[in-house]
This record gives sequence, structure tokens and C-alpha cells, in this order.
Amino acid sequence: MLVNTIHGEMDDSLLEKREGSVDNDIEFTTWVEYWLDGELVHRSAHVTLKTSPFTALEGALLG
Amino acid sequence: MANTQSLCTSFLSELMTATHNFGTAPVRAVTSADTFKGALYLASATINAGTTVYTTTGEVTGTGYTAGGVTITNATAPTSTNTSSTAGTAYWTPSASVTYSSVTLSTAFDTMLLYNSSQSNKAVGVYTFGSQTITAGNFTLTMPTNSSSLALIRLSTT
Repeated sequence: MLVNTIHGEMDDSLLEKREGSVDNDIEFTTWVEYWLDGELVHRSAHVTLKTSPFTALEGALLG
Repeated sequence: MANTQSLCTSFLSELMTATHNFGTAPVRAVTSADTFKGALYLASATINAGTTVYTTTGEVTGTGYTAGGVTITNATAPTSTNTSSTAGTAYWTPSASVTYSSVTLSTAFDTMLLYNSSQSNKAVGVYTFGSQTITAGNFTLTMPTNSSSLALIRLSTT
């Protein structure tokens, strides 16, 4: 598979792949990195938001 | 039967479509939905509830990223639902993930500002996540489920 890198497209067989994830109340995030001879040449991330700030409204009551 | 004081839930979603005007409203040339955009901000920036308009101060810069960010896909109109005779929620969520393709963003960022590019770039909401950098890659922000309890924008009476 070809990977877009800072040096252009490279075959992933030439690269070291590292992956990780974060899962908490706010988000589920995955990331993938490709390294070449100790240099980071590609990093992508995918953040999935689980929720967002909430706004409550209140109308004054009569009487 | 009995009557119950409350804000009407339909009013909540109508706030999101500019149906009611208690003050001076901007002139609208069309009745279609406005264009909303998402801009990314550095972890060192100060974007919060006090932000009133899109700003380039603190915005990310890098290869493949255009100042102002990307257009948000908005194919689903706001929805409202009653939860009781006195309460309800109106909600809206972008209808697709927000993707910044083939970018290099070397300085850590952790925020997206949602703003209305049809109305003088007025700010809508600030959404934060764990800080990221991108190198010759894609950054994708997938929205929460479009429901009364999870949607990106939720207005509720209780």
C-alpha cells in the first residue's frame, strides 16, 4: 500500500508503522504514524466526539 | 386536562432556524441554511465561550490547511423532541465528518471552532479534544450521534 509521506508516496513495506488510540468520556481517537529511519514521515488522526457542551434554557414562570 | 407553563420545544429548534426575532435580525437574502465552517486552533490559543467571531489568532497553519478551515456538511435540519409537558430538547449535528485532507500541522492543536461564514463569521461553538499533530496526513473529526442527548448543539428546557 502506498502511503503519503513528507517525501512523497512510499510503499508501506519500507516504513515502520505505529498505531495508538485514546478512549475517554469526550472522544475516541485513533492515530497512525509511519517512520523512516527514525524520522516521522506520516501521521494521521481520527477523533470521534462522543458528546458536546450542553445548553439549558429556562423561561420565567408567572405567578 | 390541565395547562402547564413552559417554553415550547418547537421554539427551541426554531431558534436554530432564525424563525423568531426579538431584536434586530441580519438581513437574509435567501431562506436556505447558512454555510458553517470549522477552523482548527492551536492548543496554546484562547478560544472559549467568550469567542464571538472566527479569528486567525491562534489558528493552525501548515501545508494543505487553508485559513478559515473547511465547510461543514449540513444536510439535516434541527430537530426537537418533548421529554415532558414542561421540557424538551432541540438538537443539530453536522451530517458528515469534518476532514482536513493531506495536511501537515506540526504544532499541537486541540480545538475546532464552528462558525457561520454566511453571517460575518459569527461563532457558534468551541469543541476540544486531545491535542494532535498531523504529518502529511488526514485529520478527521467525526461528530457525535445526532440525538437529544449527544448531538453537537443541544438546547433544552428542564
